[in-house]
Amino acid sequence: MSHGLRMLLFACGAAAVLLLLVGAAVQLPPVGAHVTEYGQELNRLAYDERHTTDAVTAVNFDLRGFDTLGEELILFAAVTGVALLLRRQSREREEEHEQARDRDVPGSSDAVRALTLASVLPLVVFGLQLITHGHLTPGGGFQGGVVLATTPLVVFLAGHLGMFHRISPHWLVSAGESLGAGGFAVAGFAGLAAGATYLANVLPLGTTGELASAGLIPVLNVLTGLAVASGFVSLMHSFLEETLELRDRSDRS
Amino acid sequence: MTYLPYIAAAWLVAVGLYGVVTSRNLVHAVICIVVLQASSSLLLIGLGARRNGVAPVFVDVTPRAPAVDPLVQAMMLTDIVVEATVMALLLALAIQAYKATGTLDPDELRAVRG
Repeated sequence: MSHGLRMLLFACGAAAVLLLLVGAAVQLPPVGAHVTEYGQELNRLAYDERHTTDAVTAVNFDLRGFDTLGEELILFAAVTGVALLLRRQSREREEEHEQARDRDVPGSSDAVRALTLASVLPLVVFGLQLITHGHLTPGGGFQGGVVLATTPLVVFLAGHLGMFHRISPHWLVSAGESLGAGGFAVAGFAGLAAGATYLANVLPLGTTGELASAGLIPVLNVLTGLAVASGFVSLMHSFLEETLELRDRSDRS
Repeated sequence: MTYLPYIAAAWLVAVGLYGVVTSRNLVHAVICIVVLQASSSLLLIGLGARRNGVAPVFVDVTPRAPAVDPLVQAMMLTDIVVEATVMALLLALAIQAYKATGTLDPDELRAVRG
């Protein structure tokens, strides 16, 4: 099928789909007019029965916790897939240097180094705060994990790849990821052990607004934050390995 | 203004699909897929909105206040993080395709060489 014919087919199909979408959109109630009963019920449940002030985190880790387990396993599978795809092939294993032999890499400027190293502590503290206060204020394991994962990247910007590997060694990242994803799945069994359903919130619920409240939700938040942060750092490992200069075995003279 | 989020989501779907279909570079195609994901997030948030509703966080607001739907927000936030890792997987595929064939053009990569 030629390029022109494909474009014509796409244009017809896209025009039809766009017309259908817009036609369906104007038959929906206007934005904000329709109040979803399920949403209102979730808000009430999150505050009254689960003792959280952040309904979104309660939905994520308690009321619809099983869906979050699935999402986290998708993340785990994608990170594993990247590590598998970008692994070092045997023919590339020969020599790797971070810079070309007879060239002088300038290194980062003082401004970059100062800014990045000054931001390491705020990033770590902010990430940990987002993770642990997920059931009180907007936040949670996913957001806090991503913020934590930027810390080794920022150190890499200030320094070089060796420093990145030193502060996030491979065994630590793998352990964190496995603990996070597996821990989430295993923590669900606490519900089964207590006689309720899988992933039921069986820990003591405490008083609303305190840090130690909402039962199983902070535990799941911490495990998810660990898994997401380790997953993203593992992704960075795989991609940053590609920046090393590799010498193919075939061009050894 | 009453239907703007829905129409914007439909437009983003169209633009993203057009980008993927006419792309000449795999990295560009991956970014167009991110645009498609943004369109679905916009549609979800538009569906869960509520006139004069507050965010579903009840730290300083009474829980009886009219709040927007938290379910769609929860779905969206996990989707964004998962989408980032799936995009990383697609980019890793693009890297391997470039290493194997030397080109990132999807038209030239169409024939699978054993």
